Amino acid sequence: MRFTSLAPTAFAAALATAFTAASAPAVAQVSDNAVRIGVLTDLSGVYSDVSGKGTVIATQMAIDDFVAKEKPAFKVELVSADHQNKGDIAANKAREWFEREKVDVASELVTTSVALAVQKIAKEKNRIALISGAASTRVTNEDCNDVTVHWTYDTYAVANGTAKAVTKTGGKKWFFLTADYAFGHSLEKDASEVVKANGGEVLGAVRHPFPGSDFSSFLLKAQSSGAQIIGLANAGGDTINSIKQAAEFGITPKQSLAGLLMFITDVHSLGLKVTQNMYLTEGFYWNLNDETRAWSKRFFDAHKRMPTMVQAGQYSSVMHYLKAVKAAGTDDTAKVMAQMKKTPVNDFFAKNGSIRADGRMVHDMYLLQVKKPAESTTPWDYYHVRATIPAAEAFQPLAASKCPLVAKK
Amino acid sequence: MTLFGLSSQALFGQLLLGLINGSFYAVLSLGLAVIFGLLNIINFAHGALYMVGAFVALLGLEYLGMNYWVALVAAPLVVGLLGVVIERGLLRHLYKLDHLYGLLLTFGLALIAEGVFKYFFGVSGSSYAPPEQLQGGVDLGFMFMPLYRGWVVLASLTVCVATWYVIERTPLGATLRAATEKPQLVQALGINVPVLVTATYGVGVALAAFAGVLAAPVMQVNPVMGSNLIIVVFAVVVIGGMGSIAGSIVTGLGLGIVEGLTKLIYPEASAVVIFVIMIVVLLLRPAGLFGKQA
Repeated sequence: MRFTSLAPTAFAAALATAFTAASAPAVAQVSDNAVRIGVLTDLSGVYSDVSGKGTVIATQMAIDDFVAKEKPAFKVELVSADHQNKGDIAANKAREWFEREKVDVASELVTTSVALAVQKIAKEKNRIALISGAASTRVTNEDCNDVTVHWTYDTYAVANGTAKAVTKTGGKKWFFLTADYAFGHSLEKDASEVVKANGGEVLGAVRHPFPGSDFSSFLLKAQSSGAQIIGLANAGGDTINSIKQAAEFGITPKQSLAGLLMFITDVHSLGLKVTQNMYLTEGFYWNLNDETRAWSKRFFDAHKRMPTMVQAGQYSSVMHYLKAVKAAGTDDTAKVMAQMKKTPVNDFFAKNGSIRADGRMVHDMYLLQVKKPAESTTPWDYYHVRATIPAAEAFQPLAASKCPLVAKK
Repeated sequence: MTLFGLSSQALFGQLLLGLINGSFYAVLSLGLAVIFGLLNIINFAHGALYMVGAFVALLGLEYLGMNYWVALVAAPLVVGLLGVVIERGLLRHLYKLDHLYGLLLTFGLALIAEGVFKYFFGVSGSSYAPPEQLQGGVDLGFMFMPLYRGWVVLASLTVCVATWYVIERTPLGATLRAATEKPQLVQALGINVPVLVTATYGVGVALAAFAGVLAAPVMQVNPVMGSNLIIVVFAVVVIGGMGSIAGSIVTGLGLGIVEGLTKLIYPEASAVVIFVIMIVVLLLRPAGLFGKQA
């Protein structure tokens, strides 16, 4: 009985396969002939200036450019949602996208907790997570997997760049002002190690509640520590208020501040008067060369603000993904990931960037110093580029990675 | 010299900073106390109106060239008028209902205001420079005292004492207090109680806007500055005794100082110390330190 009832099914299946194989050109391998890119970002909260609406715009630019230039046989669609910086909201949205809306990629994912939650769902559903906004090195260490790419920067890269440069130029004695949660602690730890490795000394740290608005007490504590450098292991509004109040209480310029994670939007909202001379590390600066200026001008026309590194990185990652889909002729996760990893990244954002086995996209970072008000000649002209940190030095070496995908010898 | 194992320098510095923060708490909680004491409305929109006050100063400077001193008068006026509209248009309909309805309505207003400002100005906000006359500072020996912070304490305390005096010691204040106790009786004496109520709400929220302008040069002017502060200010009002004018002023200053000392001794606890005190006070004196026991 069994044989007779199964036979027609098997026959039909064989027939169906034969038909598909015969009628399908290479591109039809893209499921339902469309690639859907989900942008999951902070559209309303503390990181909405760093990322937010600007990343949605950057993603659309990448899609438009790709379609215009590569003329793919498949459609490319964009969906976006606000994760409100909450891991559970982000995880639910990603699940819904992957299960019901045939979204191929969850991208951006600013805020570490969000990125960690979504990359797990992506693994479970065998889809891709392209992270351009989150900071923690955990993404490509303990929590790494084979469907995640961490694109723009991480806490190691920004702390390494700034702390090393400041220590080497004579800022030996450090005191940290740290946001009292996982991100702040990891930034403080990464930076402390760099300071010590370069012959500096860490005199202490003060942990402030997150988020805060009055930092004067903590700053006075940092002042009385006798440190030359006050390292700000916080972000966003906390960093902004710390810098503003340090100027008010006459702490700068006697002691210097080092912003360990700062974005161009922070400098813009504070103004050059209070931020001048500060060092910071970024993965992208709009005024770097003709290519970055050309792209950034287009972005500015759409968003009325210059791009942060997160927004530029988002464009770069989405473009790299779309090109990989076209080259591989499929949106199959494993094949696209293999294509992405074997192709170097060469665009306005990164030169000869590459994606390592742990999912880390390594590329040059830039050590920047904020200009004095008189040195800034055009709007958003904020930085001197003090050094280019080559990809090999900028990121945590693969040998030190805690990622299980990286074979330990 | 050391006191309690801390250098006197650090101690005096933190006491002074606590006093400065405390004076912000005092002005904000004073407005809340006035509105609750006289209108029985738990005004959750207070933080948002404080933020709007700061934005009026910022936008006034940007578009009209309005200087700080003008803003210090203009912002409370603008926000006070906004308060009149809110009271006439919305709150008026809720007086017969439970307090909770007023709380929910004003909370909704706060969310709307925050959302609208976020949409137009982003979350990082902008800097507002202190007026030229108050830039720089003096070295007090134990700390560097920015002149502007000194002015904040002076201005706040003056406004607090003046408000207290008007409500507790003048015929106008007496009428106000009578109108809230026995509205029908006062109305029968030929006094227009609804106008009095509207004006009170207007003045209460104008106090919030005044604090907003005072805060603008110290903190970044951004849409969330009010919601960051409002919970602490509510705790201050509850500790002081809901509706007690003197209570909110004294506890505002006192808690600012306690918070400053916590930042020195155990910084991690500085965000919760006020709430710990609130719990203890409510256990021992449910009506608050200065509240009348029911």
